Amino acid sequence: MHGLSNLLLIMVILLNFFTLGSSRLGSCIRAVAIQGALLALLPVAAHGWSWHTLLLAGGAFAMKGVLIPWVLLRTIREVRIRREIEPLIGYIPTMMLGALITSGAFIFADYLPLLPEHHGDLFIPTSLTTLFVGFLLLMTRRKAITQVLGYLVLENGIFIFGILLAEAMPMMVEAGVLLDLLVGVFVMGIVMNQINREFSTLNTERLSALKG
Amino acid sequence: MLLLIGAILLMACAGVPALLIRRLPGGGEGIFTFLLLGGVGLGLAGVVGGLLGAGPDRIDLSWGVPGGGLLLCFDTLSALFMLPMLLVVGAGGLYGLGYRPHHRFPRNGRRFRFFFGLCGAALLLLLVSRNSLLFLTAWEMMALSGFFLVTTDDCLAESRRAGYLYIVATHTGSLALFGMFALLGRGDLLLRFPATGSLAAGGPAGIVFALGLFGFGLKAGLMPLHVWLPSAHAAAPSHASALLSGVMLKVGIYGLVRLISFYADVPAWWGWTLLGMGVVSGVAGVVQALAQHDIKRLLAYHSVENIGIIAIGLGLAVLGRAVGYSTMVVFGLGGALLHVVNHGMFKSLLFLSAGSVVHGVGSREIEKCGGLLKRQPWTAFYFLVGAVAICGLPPLNGFVSEWLIFMAAFAAGHSQGSGIALTVLAAPALALIGALALACFVKVFGIVFLGTPRSEAATQAHEAAASMRFGMGPLALACIWIGLVPVSIAPLLRRATLDWFPALADSTSPYPSLVDGMRPLIWLSISGVALILLTAVAAGWLGRRSREAPRDLPTWGCGFACPPPQAQYSASSFADGLVSRFALARRPDRAPDRAVFPLPERFSSHLPDFVFDRVLLPVWRVAACSFGWFRVILQNGVTASYLSYMALTLLVLLVLFGRK
Repeated sequence: MHGLSNLLLIMVILLNFFTLGSSRLGSCIRAVAIQGALLALLPVAAHGWSWHTLLLAGGAFAMKGVLIPWVLLRTIREVRIRREIEPLIGYIPTMMLGALITSGAFIFADYLPLLPEHHGDLFIPTSLTTLFVGFLLLMTRRKAITQVLGYLVLENGIFIFGILLAEAMPMMVEAGVLLDLLVGVFVMGIVMNQINREFSTLNTERLSALKG
Repeated sequence: MLLLIGAILLMACAGVPALLIRRLPGGGEGIFTFLLLGGVGLGLAGVVGGLLGAGPDRIDLSWGVPGGGLLLCFDTLSALFMLPMLLVVGAGGLYGLGYRPHHRFPRNGRRFRFFFGLCGAALLLLLVSRNSLLFLTAWEMMALSGFFLVTTDDCLAESRRAGYLYIVATHTGSLALFGMFALLGRGDLLLRFPATGSLAAGGPAGIVFALGLFGFGLKAGLMPLHVWLPSAHAAAPSHASALLSGVMLKVGIYGLVRLISFYADVPAWWGWTLLGMGVVSGVAGVVQALAQHDIKRLLAYHSVENIGIIAIGLGLAVLGRAVGYSTMVVFGLGGALLHVVNHGMFKSLLFLSAGSVVHGVGSREIEKCGGLLKRQPWTAFYFLVGAVAICGLPPLNGFVSEWLIFMAAFAAGHSQGSGIALTVLAAPALALIGALALACFVKVFGIVFLGTPRSEAATQAHEAAASMRFGMGPLALACIWIGLVPVSIAPLLRRATLDWFPALADSTSPYPSLVDGMRPLIWLSISGVALILLTAVAAGWLGRRSREAPRDLPTWGCGFACPPPQAQYSASSFADGLVSRFALARRPDRAPDRAVFPLPERFSSHLPDFVFDRVLLPVWRVAACSFGWFRVILQNGVTASYLSYMALTLLVLLVLFGRK
C-alpha cells in the first residue's frame, strides 16, 4: 500500500512538471485531469478500503477527473483557443522554478513538526510542491483558462494534505471543498466566455480597471 | 419571547416575496406592508407580554458555532429601546406606501423594502441578543442594511458618496467593537454577556470602555464621531432617515448603556468623558443645524444635538454611580432613557413630515419652500408637534426628559464634597441647547410653512397621501401622550434603571422615585394645555374678527403692494444673527461685492462641517498623497502580482511558524 501511494505521488509531481512545461491547453487540461484521477485513488491507497475512503475517492474522481475537465475542454472548444502564447515567464524558467520549489519543499518538509509516522513520507513534500506549482501557474500565465488550471492544481495540493487527515475529517468538509471547486470552475467558465466576448482574447491582463 | 422571535422572522422576510416573485402587483408592497405591520404587532405584543411577565424572558439554545450558545434575553432596558423602534418601523412601513409607491420607483423599490424590513429585524435581534457573536452579527446586519437604505437612490452621486462615508464609518466602529468584545471575553469572541454588575473596574476596563465609546459613539453620532451622519440621513429616503435617525443611532446608546451595566463600580472619568462629549455634541450639533438650509441635513444635525443630550444624562448617571449618589443615577438615567424614547418619536415624526414637504415641493432646500401651511395643513401640524417636542417645550414629551436631566444636573449641585458639584454646569449647557434648538425650529417652521411660496414648485405643493398621514399619526400621539401623562411611563423607567444598576434596589440610603420628580410636570402640563386652549380661543376670536379682511394679501407683505417672494426673510438671514456669534465654529464662504452703485450681486454660503471638512478631509488628503506610491507600485492592477503577494506571505508564514 505504501509503495502504491508513493508511486501515485511521484506521478503527481511529474504531472506538475508536465503542466508547467506544456503550451497546449488541451494537453494541460488532460494532465490536470489525470492528476485529479490519480489523486482520487490516493485515499484508498493510503487508508485502505472503507465506505468513507470509497466515497471520497468516487467523489474526487467524478469531480476532478471527469466533470471539471469536461467543462474546461468544452470551454476551450467554444472560445477556440489552443495555446498559451507568451507567458509572463517563459516555459524553461518556470520549469526551473518548479524544480527549485520541489527540492525546497522536500528539504522544508523535514523541518516541519509532523507525527512520527508521517516522517519520510512523500505526502507533505508533494502537497507543498503541488500547492506552489499551482501558485506558479496562477502567477505566470496570462490566459484565464490556465489560471483556472493553476487553481485546480493548487486545490490538488490541498487535497493531498487533506488525505493525511482523511480519517479525522468529517465527510461534510470534503463535500464542501469539492462543491466549492465545482462552483468555482463553473463561474470561471462563464467569466471566460464573457472575457472572450468583451475583449476577443482570454488574456487577463486587461482586467485591471477595477483597482481602487 | 417567542412572539419577539416571530416578529424578527416576519420583518426579515417581509420583503422576500417581492424579490422572489417578480410579477406581484405593485412590486409586492402590499404584502410587504402587511407582513411588516404583522411583525410590528407581534413585536409589540411580545414586548407588552414580556413587561407583564408572561412567558419566559430568556431563551438559551445550543448553537452550531463552537463555544457560544444562542442566548436571547428580554429585560425592561431592552424593552425601552424596542418600543420606539417597533413604532417607527411600523409608521415607516405605512408611510412608504404613499411616499415611495412602487409605480413611481419600480427600479429600486423591492430592494429598498427588503432592506427596510431586514434592518428592523436586525435591530430587534440586536436588542435581545446576549451573546457577543450574535450581537455583532445583528450589528453588522443592521449596519449593512442601513448602507443599502442610504444608497437607495444610487443613481445620484451624492447618495453614493454618503453611502461610502457611512460604510467606512460603520466598519471602523465595528472594528473597535470586535476589539472591545475580545477584551471583554479575554480573547474569546464567543462570550455570553457578563451578568449585570459582575465585572470589576480594574484591568482592561478602561480600554474596553474607550473602545466601546469609540465604536458605539460612532454609531450614535457623538460629536467628533458624527461625520458620516448628516450626509447619510440627508441622502436616504425620508422613512429610512426616520429609521436611521430615530432608532439606529439609539442602538449606539443602547450598547454604551449595556456595556456600563456590566461593571460593578465605574470610575468617575467615564462619566466626565460622556458628559463632556454630550455637551460638545449638544451645542455644536445645534449650531451646525442652525446654519443648514437643507431640511434633512438640518434634522440630522439635530440628531447629533439630541444624542448629546442623552449622553449628558447618561454621563450624569455614571457620575452618580461613581460617587454613590443615587438621585443623579435615577434622574440622569431616567432622563436619558426617556429621551431615547422621545427622540425616537419626535425625530421620526419630523423626518416623515419633512419627507412629505420634500414630496410636495420636490426639493430639500428650505429656501424653495414657503407658505406650505395653507397647502399642507396636516404636514404642518405634524411638523409643529415634532418641532415643539424637540425644542423641549411643555406640554410635549421632549420637555419631560430634559426636565429629568435638569433635575439630575441640579442634584449634583447639592452633593457636597464628592467633587462632582461642577456638573451643575451641564444645566446651563442644556438650556443653551434648548434655546438654540428653539431658534432653529422657529426658522424652519417660519421659512417652510409661513410666508409666501418662494418657488413655483411650492405653489403647486400637494398634501401628503392618506397613508403618509396615517403613518405619522401614532408618532404624534405618542409625543402628546408622553408629554401629558409622563407618570405613565415612570414605572418602566424605574424598572430599566434597576436593570442597569441592580445595587440601587438594596442600597440602604433611600433614593427618590421618578414620580416625585415628575410631580411638578403635571401642573406644567395642565398649564400648558390651558395655554394652548387659550391660544386656540384667541385665534378663533381673531379669525372671526378678521373675516372681512382681504384674503389674497401675502404674509409679511411689509407694506409693499406686491413684494417679490425673494424679498422675504430667508433662512440665511434668519440664522445669521445667531450663527455669526459662533464664527469660530463656522465660516461660510461668501463674497459680497461692494461698489458705489449696486452691481448685480451674488451671494452663496456653503457650510462646512467643522470636523469633517476642516479636520478629516485635509488629513485624508495628505494621507492619500503620501500613500500614492503604495497604490502605484503595490496595487498595480495585475492579478499575477497580487497572487505573488499571497504566495510570498504563505511562504514567509510557513518558514517563520512552520518550524519545529
